[in-house]
Formats: sequence, structure tokens, C-alpha cells
Amino acid sequence: MNAPTSPDLLKRPLADLVREDRVHTSLYTDPALFEAEMDRIFKNTWVWVAHESEIPQPGHYKTHWVGREPVIVVRDRNQAFRVLLNRCRHRAATLCEHKKGKAASFVCPYHGWAYALDGSLRGVPHPESYADTLNKAELPLVSLRVESYAGMIFATFKDDIEPLADFLGPAKKWMDLFMKQGAGYPIKVPGEHRFRFPGNWKIQLENTTDAYHFPLVHKSFLGSVDPQTERMLDFVGGPGYVEDLGNGHSVMVMIPELVDLEANLDDPIPERFEELAQQLRAEGHDEQQVRRIVRAVGGSGFNLNLFPNVACSMAFFRVLQPVSVKETEIHHAVITMDGGPDVANQARLRLHEHFQGPMGFGTPDDSEAWERVQKGSQAGEDLWIMLNRGLPGERVTPDGKVSDVSAETGMRAAYQQWLKLMTA
Amino acid sequence: MNLPLLNSVTAFLWTEADLLDHAEYDAWLDLWTPDGLYIVPIDPNAHDFANTLNYAHDDADMRSKRVTRLQSGHSVSTLPAARTVRGVSRIRILDQAADGKVTVRGAQDLRDFRKDVYHQHTADITWTLVPHGDGWRIERKVIRLINSLDTLSTLGYIL
Repeated sequence: MNAPTSPDLLKRPLADLVREDRVHTSLYTDPALFEAEMDRIFKNTWVWVAHESEIPQPGHYKTHWVGREPVIVVRDRNQAFRVLLNRCRHRAATLCEHKKGKAASFVCPYHGWAYALDGSLRGVPHPESYADTLNKAELPLVSLRVESYAGMIFATFKDDIEPLADFLGPAKKWMDLFMKQGAGYPIKVPGEHRFRFPGNWKIQLENTTDAYHFPLVHKSFLGSVDPQTERMLDFVGGPGYVEDLGNGHSVMVMIPELVDLEANLDDPIPERFEELAQQLRAEGHDEQQVRRIVRAVGGSGFNLNLFPNVACSMAFFRVLQPVSVKETEIHHAVITMDGGPDVANQARLRLHEHFQGPMGFGTPDDSEAWERVQKGSQAGEDLWIMLNRGLPGERVTPDGKVSDVSAETGMRAAYQQWLKLMTA
Repeated sequence: MNLPLLNSVTAFLWTEADLLDHAEYDAWLDLWTPDGLYIVPIDPNAHDFANTLNYAHDDADMRSKRVTRLQSGHSVSTLPAARTVRGVSRIRILDQAADGKVTVRGAQDLRDFRKDVYHQHTADITWTLVPHGDGWRIERKVIRLINSLDTLSTLGYIL
């Protein structure tokens, strides 16, 4: 049932599996490669764990994973972000089974060992049985290195890794542009959709900068929007582009005039937002702010893919969580304006519900395509995933390489980083 | 216990379930009041659905668009369509107002089979029904899946 992992295949050097214009199918199907990825990639790079708004005050936490290791992401008493392994240092019980919450400390339910928010071990019930052999200072919750940029919190197991700012490189300015969806209010993630599909995580990683599928896979979504929006989303063959930003990151610009949401605010307001604009005017917002808010509701005109596990995708954050070689969990986190007008945030929520999630008009069809990729991958002895689209027109830029909007430049960027980390 | 009321409400809810299992979506759309809302929350404790992210929060326009999409033949996740059979039971009238509006809660256990996989979707559902001739119309349906906070699989039909 699985693709053959013949001795020949296992002995092939990894560099043979990733070429300039294609990658080997075993990257989707080989359990041994998956295990290696969990170690060589997810334990050796910056991995996104949270948006700062998910842990707004000291004591707030969420649980997530780095690779397959469960972690607690918490804001401690000094407002510092901590990422702690969700594992008691006594006999390994998880400390937290909630997806999010607020706590003054982390107390293990098994024997009551208590940890402060910074992970330090503070209390051990009935310590007399240890006499003086238990040094609490030696048994804090294991913590990862944490850095953040533009409200996005990343963690790493690799202590000597380059600073996050260097790792992100040119992607930083795209993150700054993306966060203009706050329209001057702080960005807030009030909720998310979660779903799983039976396929490898890299199938979804590729899809974030895949314009090519949009008109066909999302035909039923396009059939449910007004004609002006449908024309706006008809971007294949248009003036957009995909750019390799280095370190595996890439950006796909579908709608160039919506790259900077604050530029050309005097442009006509799209028809679908005219009613919202009227409601905002009636609430007393001045015209420029009305237009900024309307732009924020519509979202950015680009998808930014940050290797390996998070994307800033038009109007939401997409998070990848590998489960196994052929199963992946995905979170679609909605973005709202913290303290912004209810009527605008409601519009955002409804737009997210329309496309995203297991009942959306878009996500289920994406998921079906990816499932079929994984299924089709079982066929053939030694076949390749072709990633040569857009190569002839690809040219060098100050940040990297660029090609037309439906090119596979983003995929090629990701796999070059994959290879670099897998062979490091 | 008002057994005639329970009987009438149960018959209506079973009709709704039967229509949906047989993909008689246009008839299902007719069961609604024009201002009705079809809601599938993420957070089971949420009540302010308009200001919360849900899986679905459909007014009449969105319900109609949802049906159009399922019937369009353009959505690859619905080709082939899933077969569904749902049991609706544990019907309890929570309230009947003076104007006849009824709040009723029940249990729905739905199995779908598509391609080669079964999926199960179990939910606690609360309906608000308004009298309509001899029968009822749906003003609100809130479907609280017991796994709503976790990962769902594709729902290429109507719960």
C-alpha cells in the first residue's frame, strides 16, 4: 500500500531527491524521511507557536507543538514569552491538557509538583523522602529559545541558531505589510478552525503559494461571490508574481494594489463593502479611517509563506502541524481588529467562515485535492513531483528570485531550504 | 408533559433530518423563516455567535449559497457526494412562549460514508421553532458538535 521503500531508495543521497525543478515522491510517502524531518527540520529551525494576542496577559497560555513535542506557550509575570515542554520533570505527565487558558502556575495533576510561569520548579509535596538529594533548580520545565517579530512568536530547540530577524530576512517587510490588517488597532486572533487531512505536511506547504489551482478548485467559491470580487480573484495570468525570499520563505502577490493596504485609500470602495462603509460612517469614523477599516476587512493581496509551518495568507494565519508522514493538522486563525468596530469585525468573521474551515466553501476542496495527491503518490516506482512551472521566466531580484503569479517558485524555495536542513 | 406538542415537534424535526439525508435541499430551505440563522459554533459555551468565529453562521443568503454549492457539481470535495444517515432523538421541549415559539433540544448522531471512509459527527442541537400553519418553521438551529473544539473532517453536506 505504501510506496516501496526499497533498499536502493533508502541509500540514495538526499541531494538526489531534490532537484532544481522537481522533488522525489518519497518526500510525501517515506516514513523514514518524515522521522528525519521531525529531527533535522523541526528541532533545528525557528518554528511558529503563537500570535501574541493569543496570550494577552501574564498567566495566559496556549498549548501547541514544536515538531511533535507538546509545548506550553505562556506569557510570564514579567510579560516575557516562554515556550516550555509540556512534560513534568518527575515522571513525564503533561501539565496542561487545555488548548488555552490562564494559570498562576503549572501544577502536575499526578503528584502535585508545581512550576512557576517561567518553568522553574517551586514546590514538591512531601519533600522529606528526597532528603537533600532533590535540587529543584536542576528540574525546571525544559524551555526553548523564544523570539518574536510583528506579534508572531517563534521557538527553537537550536540554541546557537541565528536570530529570528536574520532567519526571516526579507520576509519581515511582508509581515509588516500584512499586519496593516489592524487598520491602526492591534491585531487579534479570537479563534481558529482546525481540521486534518490525510496527506503529508509539505503538500499544504506548497499550496500556500499555488495560484494555479485557484480558478478550478475554488470554482464553487467563486460562484458564490459578486462579479466584482470574482474578477478581483481572477489573478492567474495577471500582474501578480511569486518571489523566493530565501531561507525557504516565499511570497505570492495575487493583487498588487492590495499589497500596501494604506496606499491609494481614495480608490473606489469595492461594491461588496459599500454597506459596511456606510455603517462605519454612521458610527462617526472619518472617511480615511472608514477606508482603512474596509481595506483591513478585505485582507492583503498576498500570501506569505514562512518556512516551515506558518503563513500569513490574505486575511488569516495558516499553521501546519505534521502528525505523521500521511496526516497533517491545519489551523486557520481568523484576524480581527482589537477594539475595532463590531460591524467590521463581524464582516471579517463571516468572510472567514465563508471560505475557511471544514464547512467553508474553499478549504474542503483544497483538502480533497491534497488527499488525492497523497493517494496518487502510492502509484509508481520512481516518479517525481514536478515543480518546474515558471522556471523559464524566473529572474533574480534584490531579495531572491521572482516569476509569474502561478509559478512554482515558492515550492522550489521551500525545498531548497528543506534540503539544506536535512543535509546539515 | 404536552405529548401532542412533543409529537408535532418531533415529526417536524424528523422530516428535516429525512430531507437532509436525501439531499432535498430546496425543500429544506423552505423550512426556514426569512431571518433564520443556521449556526455551527466552535466554542460550545459561546452565545454571542455574531461576534464569535463559528464553523457556520448562515443567514438566508448563505444557506441558499451553501445549497447551490452542494448542487453545483463544481466542488470536488462533494464529488462523489457523501451518503449520510442521521438519527435525531432525545427530543426535549425546553420552552414554549406565549406566542407559540418553541425551544427544543435534541441529539443528532450522524454517520457519513464517502469513498472508503466512515465519519461520525455527534451533536447536541437546539432549535427555535415558530408555528407555521399546522406545522413549524425554523428560526434558529445551533449545532454543537461534541468535537467542535478539536479537528473536524470535511462536512460536504448539511448537518
